[in-house]
Amino acid sequence: MIAESLIIPQHIFNEMLAHCKAGYPNEACGILAGRNGEVSKIYRMANIENSPVTYMLDSREQFKVMKDMRENNLSMVAIFHSHPSSAAYPSAKDVSLAFYEECVYIIVSLMEKEPVVKGFLIREGNIEEIKIILK
Amino acid sequence: MAVKVRIPTPLQRLTQGKEEVESKAGTVIELINDLETRYPGIAERISEGGKVRRFVNVYVNEEDIRFLQAEQTPVKDGDEVSIVPAIAGGSN
Repeated sequence: MIAESLIIPQHIFNEMLAHCKAGYPNEACGILAGRNGEVSKIYRMANIENSPVTYMLDSREQFKVMKDMRENNLSMVAIFHSHPSSAAYPSAKDVSLAFYEECVYIIVSLMEKEPVVKGFLIREGNIEEIKIILK
Repeated sequence: MAVKVRIPTPLQRLTQGKEEVESKAGTVIELINDLETRYPGIAERISEGGKVRRFVNVYVNEEDIRFLQAEQTPVKDGDEVSIVPAIAGGSN
């Protein structure tokens, strides 16, 4: 099911921001798991690219997380990564590598003093912003 | 017994929504070609010219085939093959 909005508990949202800030100036990344468009678990992942402009999850770590989600009856509802020095909007690279069309792609921009967080559905090259609701 | 193949969500529309399908023992590339006979279009999403695509990871049981024998990795009855598209991108 593709959600029109994404609900994130405040403490998970804060953990996501902390992970992105900790990775600065490189991009940081991770997975948010849950059910029916509501997040209940965060997986902070390594960026094997160690780069300020690209990210890739460690495939082995990703495989383990997918197994963990399956065993806990959770779905991957969002994939997040940071843009340390650009806006919270998918880049051409983000769009071309957005294989998980049912997931929300969250981008955390750290270019301003306060982080800007936005969520997008990226399907067949089309970008649609969705609402992130904190609870 | 057959080989169990775990299909990632982006490819489940090609398997009529099935998360798991079965295939025959052989090698990884033979398994991909076997899937294509029942689920047309799936092979080109996983591989190109007989090679697994760069942004797709294939596991036999718990092991990435890149650390085994790549596309020629043998799969036998009872094995579990997982197809896992990479998660990547970036601001550049």
